Amino acid sequence: MTTTAHPAQHATVFDDHRRTGLINRKTVMWVFLGSECMFFGSLIATYMSLRGRSLNPPYPGAEFSFDIPFTTVSATVLLISSLAMVLAVAAIQRGDIRGTRIWLLATCGLGMLFLGGQFYEFTTFFVAEGLGIDTNIFGSSFYVLTGFHGAHVTVGVLWLLSLVILSFRGKLSQSSSLDVEIAGLYWHFVDIVWIVIFVLVYLLAPHGGGH
Amino acid sequence: MTVNVGQLGHAVAAKPTGLWSWLTTVDHKRIGILYGVTAFIFFLIGGIEALLVRMQLFVPGATVLTPDQYNQLFTMHGTTMVFLAIMPLNAAFLNYFVPLMIGARDVAFPRLNAFSYWVFLFGGLLMNLSFVIGGAPDFGWFGYAPLTERQFSPELRADFWAIGLQVLGIASLAASFNFIVTIINMRAPGMTLMRMPPFVWMQFVTQWLLALALPPIAVALILLIFDRHFSTNFYLSEWGGDPILWQHLFWIFGHPEVYILILPAFGMVSDILPTFARKPLFGYTFVVYSGIAIGFLGFIVWAHHMFATGMGPVADSAFAIATMLIAIPTGVKIFNWIGTLWLGQTAYKTPALFAVAFIAMFIIGGLSGVMHASPPADLQQTDSYFIVAHFHYVLFGGAIFGITAGAYYWLPKILGRMLNERLGQIHFWLMLIGFNLTFFPMHFVGLNGMPRRTYTYPAGFGWELMNQLETIGAFIIAISFLFFIYNVLVSMRSGAIAGNNPWGAGTLEWSIPSPPPVYNFATLPVVRSLYPLWDGPNDSRLTTPAASTTPEEAHVHLPNPSYWPLVTAFGVTLAGAGIIFGFVLTGIGILILLAGAYSWALEPAS
Repeated sequence: MTTTAHPAQHATVFDDHRRTGLINRKTVMWVFLGSECMFFGSLIATYMSLRGRSLNPPYPGAEFSFDIPFTTVSATVLLISSLAMVLAVAAIQRGDIRGTRIWLLATCGLGMLFLGGQFYEFTTFFVAEGLGIDTNIFGSSFYVLTGFHGAHVTVGVLWLLSLVILSFRGKLSQSSSLDVEIAGLYWHFVDIVWIVIFVLVYLLAPHGGGH
Repeated sequence: MTVNVGQLGHAVAAKPTGLWSWLTTVDHKRIGILYGVTAFIFFLIGGIEALLVRMQLFVPGATVLTPDQYNQLFTMHGTTMVFLAIMPLNAAFLNYFVPLMIGARDVAFPRLNAFSYWVFLFGGLLMNLSFVIGGAPDFGWFGYAPLTERQFSPELRADFWAIGLQVLGIASLAASFNFIVTIINMRAPGMTLMRMPPFVWMQFVTQWLLALALPPIAVALILLIFDRHFSTNFYLSEWGGDPILWQHLFWIFGHPEVYILILPAFGMVSDILPTFARKPLFGYTFVVYSGIAIGFLGFIVWAHHMFATGMGPVADSAFAIATMLIAIPTGVKIFNWIGTLWLGQTAYKTPALFAVAFIAMFIIGGLSGVMHASPPADLQQTDSYFIVAHFHYVLFGGAIFGITAGAYYWLPKILGRMLNERLGQIHFWLMLIGFNLTFFPMHFVGLNGMPRRTYTYPAGFGWELMNQLETIGAFIIAISFLFFIYNVLVSMRSGAIAGNNPWGAGTLEWSIPSPPPVYNFATLPVVRSLYPLWDGPNDSRLTTPAASTTPEEAHVHLPNPSYWPLVTAFGVTLAGAGIIFGFVLTGIGILILLAGAYSWALEPAS
């Protein structure tokens, strides 16, 4: 051990463990999520800056109010999916492919339940309250913000389902636990974003104008 | 992985050739060349657009162009130079040299790197396709709402612009993720962060700026696309929207973008000056930390582009002070460059000439920049030719002079041959004279009241002479680049053989042959200082690494070529283009994108 240099000398382009001991694919996911913070930050800032500027109802406080109990349940469903995701990562890390499959499917199921809730919510707003994306600035900013979050959840569900399919083809093993872990990072991020949206859009909205 | 070792012999021994090898390449050097050539062509297109604008302004009341053509040309000149010329020219150097400078064999994600290039190419083509389909964007490069809304831009122009920028943004984002990880994780043994060449450092800061600044403009463009296609009213005040929201989102991206354009040039100059002054960079640590400080401050000054919107005294003051603060780290760098030259035995070869001119020109642009950091002064100068003078001194006098210095400095490494020094010096003097003749008079006509983007001007305002000088200067700049093109074309065939290190530089890219072998380093170098090649003869391992071990002995294997990045990039662009041409294309594009992405993910990387 005269020099620390030699382990890396025979390394190749694809050797994932390099200077910092960080893994390339995991590092890039963190950087991507940092970028995503700015993306959702901009969408949320847009929503907040346009809040209360609708010229015609319905908007929160005027012939409209959120169904807080309903959304609380769907938010909880999404948060519980993060627990399932953690259990999926734990399962693959100890080589339990069956457990991985079960928990990945559970995560997907909870994610789809959340998406179903969002679909139900959107249709209710649209049909019962007459709120379209072009009705007023509240409708525009609300549907675009929550819609982009929903699109992110959808991508996450497809990603996790792809992993499940890979597992049935025998392409998911303990050595590829990183694949599941990285998908998990993305999934948790999308959940955390929903916490912010739920608080700022739903909980802080004016009440009492509707129904 | 015996298969890989078996393939290795072929990959390393035979340098792939032919069109297919370029379409499927994942070699960072080839991708760098693709970026460089493509961006230079776009640079020439942007230059021709500028020449047409200058011809229209040569005399009062000229009708060389119609007002509509004029609007398209100044818009596309700005858009092209920012997004299709300077950014990808910086990306060319980033791709080719950062892995070499940190002693890596490739980037962290070679296929993602190819994907970035193809998305950039397709995005640039899509944007320019507008010229032949209904006209190019015509509302200025920052696309202020509501000019871009349906009521003022009913044709496809704003769609081409918004989708084109969105696609180009994806290219830059992917590249930024890739290079952040590359610089963090792929450094050679001993290449600590504070031994990285300044160019690597400035590119590192730049990639962070891209990763964090592009999402806001992505959101801004998404909202614009929704306004145009789904009847929302985000930027229409009569429906509760806010045109100022566009300005905020655009400039939250747009100001970091200024540093995205200029920081790589700072890095290039910080590498070039020590080589020619024959002494280390003065205050390397200060240069690095100043670059980081500029990166941070760049995010909190965006509203100085918006003083004229009337934000009120508190916001004006805050953004004015933050803006003036940036002069400090920038000034530090300028003093460092001067300190590097001070008492140096500077050999004024072409790269050094351009680098020194860069300092001088950038100082002029920086000084006028501090002038309009002050809101009362800015209100007089905004939307006048004074602003045009300012940003051309920082972006042409700064970025383009720096990039040109970099081209003369590093092209011998890429081509394996030296560029002609005499032609280089002719290029330099013509460009320096032409540049100042074009842009210095703009200060005067600007303060004299000539508005920017004006189609024409009446005689008798005293602007005639200045405008004529400007147009003549612009043509001198164009001629100077003919010398550059001629120089490169001739020298790549018959220039003097460059050898490993023609300039006697100290950084790693000069330790390997010119042009470098596909595997870059047969043996990964061991780095002990900021200028490893100046460490003296004791470090023979580093100065002759290629000779000591053959790549086969070192078990180098290279990433396999892949066409999936190209396919995926095509899918991304088609999905975007569908918003312009019909959503059927978007559907097809998404299917191609998914097919490409899945095949890419399942394809063995090596």
